Amino acid sequence: MSAADPQRPGTLPVLLPFALSRTPAPARLRPVHGWLLCGLAALALPAWAQGGAAALSPLEVVIRWVPLLLTGFAFNVAISLVAMAIGTLAGLGLGLAMLAESRWVSGLAWCVTQVFRNVPWLVLLFFVMFLVPFQITVLGVRVPLPDWLKATFGFSLPVMANVAEIVRGAVRSVPNTQWEAAESLAFTRRQTLWRIILPQCVKRMLPPWMNVYSLIAMATVQASIVGVTEMLTLTAQVHAAEGGRPELFAPLYGFALLCFFLYCYPIDRLTARLERRFETR
Amino acid sequence: MIEAIQEWFRHLYETTGFNFTVFYDPYDWDRYVAGLRTTLLLAVATILASLVIGAVGALLQSGPSRLLRGLVNGFVVVFRNTPPLVQIFFFYFGLGTLLPDLRTADGLRVPILTNVQWAIVSLSLFAGAFNVEIFRSGIEAVPKTTIEAAEALGYTRLKAYRHIVLPLALRVCLPALNNNLINLLKTTTLAYAIAVPETLYAVKQIWSESQNVLEMMLVLLATYAVLVGVLVWIMHRWERALRIPGYGR
Repeated sequence: MSAADPQRPGTLPVLLPFALSRTPAPARLRPVHGWLLCGLAALALPAWAQGGAAALSPLEVVIRWVPLLLTGFAFNVAISLVAMAIGTLAGLGLGLAMLAESRWVSGLAWCVTQVFRNVPWLVLLFFVMFLVPFQITVLGVRVPLPDWLKATFGFSLPVMANVAEIVRGAVRSVPNTQWEAAESLAFTRRQTLWRIILPQCVKRMLPPWMNVYSLIAMATVQASIVGVTEMLTLTAQVHAAEGGRPELFAPLYGFALLCFFLYCYPIDRLTARLERRFETR
Repeated sequence: MIEAIQEWFRHLYETTGFNFTVFYDPYDWDRYVAGLRTTLLLAVATILASLVIGAVGALLQSGPSRLLRGLVNGFVVVFRNTPPLVQIFFFYFGLGTLLPDLRTADGLRVPILTNVQWAIVSLSLFAGAFNVEIFRSGIEAVPKTTIEAAEALGYTRLKAYRHIVLPLALRVCLPALNNNLINLLKTTTLAYAIAVPETLYAVKQIWSESQNVLEMMLVLLATYAVLVGVLVWIMHRWERALRIPGYGR
């Protein structure tokens, strides 16, 4: 037994022959993994179908309701896209307000950002759902505000605060010399911001912005708690429609998990890739 | 003192209509405090558990076993990219009903884990997945030479990780960790969905009985602002206490 035997306990690592340590491969899914999972699911799910001949197996139940559940999922995606659009516009304004020269404006914007960033999203959602009326009267015309619209507005509030913080961080990360150079070329402050600073920021803002989108897409399921009919609500209804068998919970919610995973994972990979590309610049 | 506060809020209700029942009705106050206590329990338990999950996961991820690395990677990827609310439902309804029940001495069937415990489990796993990534980035920032020096001094891999790599990595990744733990505190509200009687749940009960939505909303906002503020303050204290002399400003 040699002194450098790696199996022997107590061997000092320094005595071992030099070897390059392998760097662990980054977490990444390949198509193979998807096929493996599908195969596993196909094998495992029928095994649960012990509820008698009349009851469908969990896999059959999921397949039967896929169109309805996917409609719900599409609604979730729609909510997230609208909330992101509203939130980004408002966040851009708020972020620029935080950078304003007036101390009052920047202080107020900072307070608003901090409040909306530090309150749980569900609490904000409750806030909007309960305190915004179900219809508003504009110039004598009654405009109904349906539940889903209020929920979308509720989701755009945290997006606004997060985007504002991203904008502020990105503008702060532009070197001061850029501002000075623009000033020496007689640009006004507004021109400097819109023509010189912000175009440089877009690249820096893109990865964190996509991160926020991924978060908001995953948060839209919270709308089911306040009574908006979206994917999770439909999942619960499907479960009730199939007789409320307890063994159906796992496959149905598993399907919801799968949908969101398939939607958010590519965004996550793309974000990571963009981050790496812009970093090495 | 307490009577004076109660009297003032009752007076406020009678003169202005702002009905802060929590501050003068002992029944509502007790419910609110019980909710706050549950939120604190959830927050502390999930923060500690997620830190452990993060540290162990990061150790396994840099370890020699390919299988373990793959499992940890899969765990991180899945839990980061699915909604925490669906995770909670999946655990509580999906796995909770598949597990066998226990029987008490009276013959009553009780589930193995209550809804509070399931909330702690799923929230810890959710935040733990993020912590694994955060710790990994911290570990990558520890210079290779430091680990080699530890090996030269005869540290085993585990001991070097515990005494040298992790303490250094922790200091590097504290800002990111701060963010994640604050996020976790905010995510504990999702336990509302499986009827865990935390702050949001208690406050919702109070406002549906006392018809004072706006006032209770304000109390709720203030509560979370204070909770997040306290956590930020603690983490900043910790950051300062752990500061390495000569690093950073």
